[in-house]
Amino acid sequence: MSDRLAVLVTIVAVFLTAFDGVFIAGQQPRPGGEIRVLPPRGNIFMLAGGGANIVASVGRDGVLLVDTGTAEMGEKVLAAVRELSRQVTSSPMRQQSCVGLVHCQWWDGSRFLGTTVSPPAPRPIIGIINTSFDPDHMGGNAAIVNAGRSYGAREGEGAWVITHENAPKRAAQPSLVPSAALPTETYFGTDKKLNFVNGEGVVVWHRPTAHTDGDSVVQFRGSEVLAAGDVLNMANYPVIDIEKGGSVQGIVDAANWILDMAVVEHMMEGGTIIVPGHGRITDSADVAYYRDMVTIVRDRVREMIKRGMTLPQIKAAKLTRDYDPRFGRNPSWTPDMFIEAVYRSLNTKGKE
Amino acid sequence: MRATNVLHVLLMTFMLAGVSAATAFAQTDFSGEWTVVRSQDNTENPWIGDWFGLPLNAAGLARAESWDASILSLPEYQCRPHGWAYIYRGPTAMRISKEVDPFSREVVAYHPEWHQSTDSPVFFDSRQRPPEEAPHVWGGFSTATWEGDILRIETTHLKEDYIRRNGAMASDEADVTSWWIRRGDYLTWINIVHDPLYLSEPLIRSSEYRLNVNSLVPAHPCTAVYEGLEKGKVPHFLLGENPFLKDIRARYGVPADLPTGGPETMYPEFQRQLRNSDFSSGDRRAPRPQQ
Repeated sequence: MSDRLAVLVTIVAVFLTAFDGVFIAGQQPRPGGEIRVLPPRGNIFMLAGGGANIVASVGRDGVLLVDTGTAEMGEKVLAAVRELSRQVTSSPMRQQSCVGLVHCQWWDGSRFLGTTVSPPAPRPIIGIINTSFDPDHMGGNAAIVNAGRSYGAREGEGAWVITHENAPKRAAQPSLVPSAALPTETYFGTDKKLNFVNGEGVVVWHRPTAHTDGDSVVQFRGSEVLAAGDVLNMANYPVIDIEKGGSVQGIVDAANWILDMAVVEHMMEGGTIIVPGHGRITDSADVAYYRDMVTIVRDRVREMIKRGMTLPQIKAAKLTRDYDPRFGRNPSWTPDMFIEAVYRSLNTKGKE
Repeated sequence: MRATNVLHVLLMTFMLAGVSAATAFAQTDFSGEWTVVRSQDNTENPWIGDWFGLPLNAAGLARAESWDASILSLPEYQCRPHGWAYIYRGPTAMRISKEVDPFSREVVAYHPEWHQSTDSPVFFDSRQRPPEEAPHVWGGFSTATWEGDILRIETTHLKEDYIRRNGAMASDEADVTSWWIRRGDYLTWINIVHDPLYLSEPLIRSSEYRLNVNSLVPAHPCTAVYEGLEKGKVPHFLLGENPFLKDIRARYGVPADLPTGGPETMYPEFQRQLRNSDFSSGDRRAPRPQQ
C-alpha cells in the first residue's frame, strides 16, 4: 500500500469513526438487579446496584458494612456479601491493609494467637455503619442484621448497627422502620472511633448539616478509603434535605473536609479513595470538581438573592445549565429541586 | 490460460500472502523518545474566550464562560497533569515505553508519558474494561488494536479535563479514539474526543512528533502549596458576566451576536462573518490583556 493510499484510508477511517456514533465501550450493560463488586483497595470493597453504594471491609474479624442498600435488594446484597466473604477468606493471597502492631508484625502467623491468623472460613457480618437513615442506605439493615453476629453475641442477637444520633430521627417514616433495622448504638459529637476491624482503625465522622443533620463519613485509616455517604453524590446534584437539617453550606464544608482528610498519590490522582453515596469511585481530584460545582452554584444563587431575585426568577435563570448534563439527569432530583434547596438554605429570611 | 500462467499466478498469490502475513506479524514499533513538532494550528496558549473551532454545545460554552484562571491556584489544581484528551498537543517530549511479556515476548502494552502526564498504559491483551463505577484517571483506560501498521486506541474512564487551557472542558463521560501512524522518524497522532455532555460534534485534532534519540522525559515532582486564595473560595465568573470575553471579540472582530466557540466556529463560513480588527489588519502590537 502506498503512503498516499495509506493516509487516504486512514482519513476515511477517522471520519467514519467520528460520525458513526459515539464509542461507548466504557458503558457496560447493567444487568437488572445485579450487585456489582469493585475493589477500591486492599480488603475494602464497594458493592453497587443495591441502592446506595455499600462498602465492605472483609477479613479476619468478619465483615463490616457501611450501609446496606434498599430493603428490596436486601437478600441480594446479603448473598453478594456472603459470596465476597467466602472468596476473600478462602483466597491464598494475604489480605492487605494490615497496619496494626499485633496483627502485622512479630506475632503475625503465631499459632498461639488465634485472632492473628487468617480464618479458614468466612466469618460473620459483625456490624453495620449507616451513613444516613435514608431507605436506600439502611433498607437492607433488617435482612443483614438477622444474618450477622457481633462479637460475643448470643444466638439471635445479630450484628450491631451504629449511626449518628440524629440519623434515626431522619428516617423517611421512623415508625415503620423494623426493630431489627434500628441502631444498637448511636454516637454524638464529631466522631466515633471503633476498635481495629480487620487490621485497621475505623473512625465514623459526623458531617453536620449537609445532606441531613445526621450524615456520617466512615474512614478506613489503613486502607486510606473514605465511605462518604450522601455528602458526596457522583450520580446527581447533592440531595439537600432542608427539613432534615441539610444545607448547601454543609455539603460544601463536607467536600472541603474530605479534601483536607485525603492525601493524593501523584499528580492529584489516586491516594485516598473516596466512595460516594451514589455513582462511581472517586479520588481528591473528583471531589474537588464536585466541591467546585456546589460552591459555584451556591455563589450564583447567593448573588441572585442579593440582587433581589425571587425563587421563580432564579429557577428561570437556569443557573445550573453548565452542570445539568452531568448532574441534572435524575428525574427524582431535578436541577430545579436542587436550586430550590440551595435557595432555601441560603435565604433564611423566608421571603420567596 | 496456460498451465504455466496459472502456476505463476498461484505462486505470486502465495508470495503476497506470505509478505502480508509477515507485515502483520512485524508490527510497527512506536517506542522511543519523541519531540513534538509545533504546527500551525497547535497554538495551545489561548486567550480567555478563544474557543473557536471547538464544537462546544450550549452547556460546554456556559461552563467555559464561567471559568476563571485563578482556579489554578487552588491546592487541588496545582499539581494536575494534562489529561489524555489534551496532552498529545502539549509542548514537551514524549516517551513511549514498550512493555514486553518475558515469556511470550509479545508487546502487551505501550506506555506513553510526557513531562506533565501520568503513566497512561495502552493495552494489547484484550483485557476487559473496568465497570462504569470504577475510578476515572487522567490517562483513562486504553486498549489498542492494529489496523494494518496503524494503531487504533480506544480510551474510556477519563477524568473531566480541559480540551483547551481556557476552561473548555470534556466531561468524565467522554471517550477518545486515537490513531498512531508512523512514517520513518515521524509519528502522527490523531485524536477524536466524543463527549455526549459538552460537545455537539466529535472534536478531531492531530499532532506531529519526530523521533529524538537525544531526549528524555524528566520527572515531575510536585506538592501543592498555599498560594493566597482564601480557603473555601472557588474562583469563577457568574454566567454571562465574564469581563474578558470582550477582549477576544475585539481582537478578532467578532460581532456580539456571534459565539466565540461552538460547532459553527469550526467551519469557513464563520470567518466570513468577522469584522476587520487591528489584529486582522496586521497590527500585532496590541498588548495581551491580563488574564
